[in-house]
Amino acid sequence: MRGLDRGFLIFRKVLTKLLYFDHCASTPPYDEVVDTFAEVMKAHYANPSSIHRAGTEADKLIARSRALLAEQFGVKPEEWLFTSGGTESNNLAIKGAARQFKSRGNHLITTRIEHASVNDAFGQLEQEGFRVTYLPVNSTGHIDLDQLSSSITDETILVSIMHVNNEVGSIQPIAEIGKLLSAYPRILFHVDAVQSIGKLPVKPREWGIDLLSGSAHKLRGPKGIGYLYVREGLQLQPLQSGGSQERGMRAGTQNVPGIVASAKALRMAMQAEEQTRSRMYALRDKLIQHAAMHIPELKLNGSEDAALMAPHIVHFSYPGMKPEVIVHMLEQHGAIVSTKSACSSKDNKPSRVLLAMGANSEHAAGGIRISFGDEHSEQDIDKLAEMLRRTVAQLKPLERSRF
Amino acid sequence: MIYDKIIVRYGDLIMKGRNRNQFEKRVLQQIRLALQEFPALTYAKTFGRLTISLNGEPFEPISERLKDVFGIYSFSPVIGVPNELEQIQAAALKVMQELDHPPATFKVSAKRAWKPFPHNSQEMNHLVGSHVLRAIAELKVDVRKPEVDLRVDIQEEATYIFNTVILGAGGFPFGSNGKALLLLSGGIDSPVAGWMAMRKGLELEAVHFHSYPFTSDKAQEKVIELARRLSYYAGAPLKLHMVPFTEIQTRLVQAKQDNLMITLMRRAMLRITEQLAEKTGAGGIVTGESLGQVASQTLPSMNVIGRATVLPLLKPLLMMDKQEIINEAERIGTFTTSILPYEDCCTLFLPKSPSTNPNLNVVERAESYIPELEQLLREAVERTEVIELTPDAQASGETAGEDRWF
Repeated sequence: MRGLDRGFLIFRKVLTKLLYFDHCASTPPYDEVVDTFAEVMKAHYANPSSIHRAGTEADKLIARSRALLAEQFGVKPEEWLFTSGGTESNNLAIKGAARQFKSRGNHLITTRIEHASVNDAFGQLEQEGFRVTYLPVNSTGHIDLDQLSSSITDETILVSIMHVNNEVGSIQPIAEIGKLLSAYPRILFHVDAVQSIGKLPVKPREWGIDLLSGSAHKLRGPKGIGYLYVREGLQLQPLQSGGSQERGMRAGTQNVPGIVASAKALRMAMQAEEQTRSRMYALRDKLIQHAAMHIPELKLNGSEDAALMAPHIVHFSYPGMKPEVIVHMLEQHGAIVSTKSACSSKDNKPSRVLLAMGANSEHAAGGIRISFGDEHSEQDIDKLAEMLRRTVAQLKPLERSRF
Repeated sequence: MIYDKIIVRYGDLIMKGRNRNQFEKRVLQQIRLALQEFPALTYAKTFGRLTISLNGEPFEPISERLKDVFGIYSFSPVIGVPNELEQIQAAALKVMQELDHPPATFKVSAKRAWKPFPHNSQEMNHLVGSHVLRAIAELKVDVRKPEVDLRVDIQEEATYIFNTVILGAGGFPFGSNGKALLLLSGGIDSPVAGWMAMRKGLELEAVHFHSYPFTSDKAQEKVIELARRLSYYAGAPLKLHMVPFTEIQTRLVQAKQDNLMITLMRRAMLRITEQLAEKTGAGGIVTGESLGQVASQTLPSMNVIGRATVLPLLKPLLMMDKQEIINEAERIGTFTTSILPYEDCCTLFLPKSPSTNPNLNVVERAESYIPELEQLLREAVERTEVIELTPDAQASGETAGEDRWF
């Protein structure tokens, strides 16, 4: 009975003043986006591929959404496809490009720290007979341009490198990579920008990018919608068959309300990007300063140099401490953070990303990720810092017992 | 971006002795229109060409836009410096050092157009080349096949240093050769014909025949999209005449001349277009016909169809192969729209075996059996709607849904 009471109390606390710091996993949608979604869902239920007026109207909404995306990135509307999310965008870009251009060559390049949807797609392509180079990263989570350059062979057809790492927040030098690859017109360049759109400038055309993935629910849009930039003139082998939607590259009836709402979210996020960036860098700085001074047990992953790191992600390791324990205890105090990426947080293995950065397995197994959103103020960071300090203090005596 | 200016060289119009001034004025006007979203640009006319100062505006999008302005032969991003040797040498070195991919070989091509400059072209090749070689150790000179051809162009007002020459679209500036009407069907060919006509300096208005409800709204939207694309090349709003063709078409079907159906339709279209031409002051009709491509485009068919109008019929694609036309359509950005699968009015009533060799007498007799034909043609002209299109807004989507949703 007492246990139940306590559970209820915690639940109420969660409801009333929970601080949510897991924006890398998903974000609270803008109110306007929710309204748009509901309104469009009610008003435009016709199939956008139908030839009657109702269908045409729905199709026009998609066209306008596409144009809105194009405007935000300074590219052409037909260069944007809508998918079911970041995972599908990455899968379609990578498998679609590799399979389409198989006759050109057999070699692909990516990094060791990609999101699971990229990493596993490459794994699958390896089974299909492709040769894949996984570029290593240094201790701050950054690849080396010379190493990329020397990995390129006559057989290379695709390079896929993420913009911002979803776990530790390291930024790869995408503009420089694009410049390097511009000397190889036969190599396609894919960028997973799921964590960077709305947080950092993203310039597909200027940076020489052929394929770029994004996800709506990471920037306060609805779940179930991804963006994929496919440079003009480029054709990908579709993943699924059944219709000629999205330039024939993505069969299936389009999610009209999701698409309109996601375009709105993207516009709002992109327009606020500069402001978001400077605000979040300040929060990041504050949290890191505090931890460095008061919680020496927490080791910052990545670089202290803000120019190399995304503004909205702070990643610590508490070596030797099971991160789930920290997550659960912080939740009791009233803050939600995550262990590693949500897509792989349920297994207990050490983080593939931290191992690639050279961490030992104890360090790599003890990571916690804190990611910011628009609602956070400096006071929220103070509260979080205090909760972290208390959590670590509570756990400190248990440290030696090694979970 | 190290370049501060763009030098624009004119195309065909350089040949036009007496009219040149007027042509130059018009091409400048077209360039200004095309680049109006870059307000900081300033323009200076020099002998036979134009110098655009960037004043901080970005080169890349300007370059993309300039490539599609008719009347430009080529252009180059340049650094402009005063006519002093040290400054020329420094700028040349800067161009070489800032190249995206450091070359292994280069040569200097100096041209002294302004004769009072103390060093001649040959000396300048050496003076600039040796300066660059001293600073970049790995670099070698190759006069035959250099990776980089570093140009030094000494003019009276300044010396320009550059290494790239970007080809323009050529032709004459838009509207410098009069006005014509373009029959725009929605297929692959007619937009290409329109582009080629505009490239030769014709101002165009487009004419489309629609047969709603036999054709869908989407077929019309497709044509609007194509006309919008053409308006981008025009650099000015483009008028699209939407002619209601349903009644004429259904009346022609009743003539029971199945294999002459296309011939009769095409003749009716030309007559309507002729009347529109009179209204709009156009002096010719541009079509996307290509010899032998379909039944109505054989020589005998063209003979019988063409007699329906006295206006000159301009057919830029006449001698081109289909694949060549497709390549052009892809290049000018109309292909993907053109192949959208919506029927236009011509495919709708397509007979099983259209005549490739229609008889003029039979055709004229068939028309004479439709006494109300003239009346129907006049009504179609009167009920024609005109839409004015500009390239900036994305077609159809712009007004979709509620503004608050976007």
